Amino acid sequence: MKVNGAHVGIVIVSHSPLIARGTADMVRQMVGDSVPLAWCGGNADGGLGTNVGDIVEAISAAWSEAGVAVFVDLGGAETNSEMAIEMLEPARARRVLICNAPLVEGAVMAAAEASGGAALARVVATAEELSP
Amino acid sequence: MHGDRSTLAGLIEACREAIAANAEHLCALDRAIGDGDHGTNMKRGCEAVYAERDELDALPLARALERIGMTLVMTVGGAAGPLYGTLLIEMGRRMEGGRACDMLVHALPAAVDAVARRGRSQAGEKTLLDVLYAVQSEVLKQEPPARIAAAAGMAARGTIAMKAMRGRAAFLGDRSIGHMDPGACSCALLTDTICRYIGETQFA
Repeated sequence: MKVNGAHVGIVIVSHSPLIARGTADMVRQMVGDSVPLAWCGGNADGGLGTNVGDIVEAISAAWSEAGVAVFVDLGGAETNSEMAIEMLEPARARRVLICNAPLVEGAVMAAAEASGGAALARVVATAEELSP
Repeated sequence: MHGDRSTLAGLIEACREAIAANAEHLCALDRAIGDGDHGTNMKRGCEAVYAERDELDALPLARALERIGMTLVMTVGGAAGPLYGTLLIEMGRRMEGGRACDMLVHALPAAVDAVARRGRSQAGEKTLLDVLYAVQSEVLKQEPPARIAAAAGMAARGTIAMKAMRGRAAFLGDRSIGHMDPGACSCALLTDTICRYIGETQFA
């Protein structure tokens, strides 16, 4: 993927690769290729779960100088994403945020915001407005 | 008892055996209040550490712990990977020279705090932290290994009556009461295994 500086990147992390991929499809349908996007799902054996290595890769794949917003489903996905962010070089880690938002709605809303060129904080805030 | 196995590699093997023998039990506990994969996740992590046991054995203990933690983070998945990983990585980073048991007294409290921060949890929330705090308390009192193991087992049983506040079990609310937390169970199991190993081999 080409390095993108203008638009915030979106990463989708689900326990299920099918959910992650499906969510990414919905984001693509909404914003096309204007936003860097990557997804991952499943544990190291290919079963349901999340794993840090895949999350690090997904963040790198969706990397943007404008930052990356990460969307997670359940507990372990968030904990593993936090761990993955800490493994990035510090200059990058500071520009990756985990959104406290519903996975599908959050990712689609955030991507729409990102495609308009909004800054990372704005993208995250828009998605988090969806949380009760 | 373990003969020539009084090494880190021997301890790793003992932990792998204990988790493998109890993997189905851990999964059953996790099926009751979680997603049912704690046993298989821990088994995968222990296998990965076991595969590196000879290299780990050659490292200074602090570096070995850090690396074991990283391997667990990368292979266990679930919330348990980052939690156990954080414990070992932080212990490794805080251990400096001296005898292993002195280093443990120094490093364990800070490492347990790091686990609490990682899980945004505290004592009494039906997690492996309930066992870690019990272990920490016995370690700081310099109790013998058998006492530490007994305290860990009691703490794990103590989670049965608790209501889960963190992790997927929290979704069940009051229905989580009456089941032992799988993370607390694996933590007590590993503590028991490590304490037995230390008691039998004078590893530390």
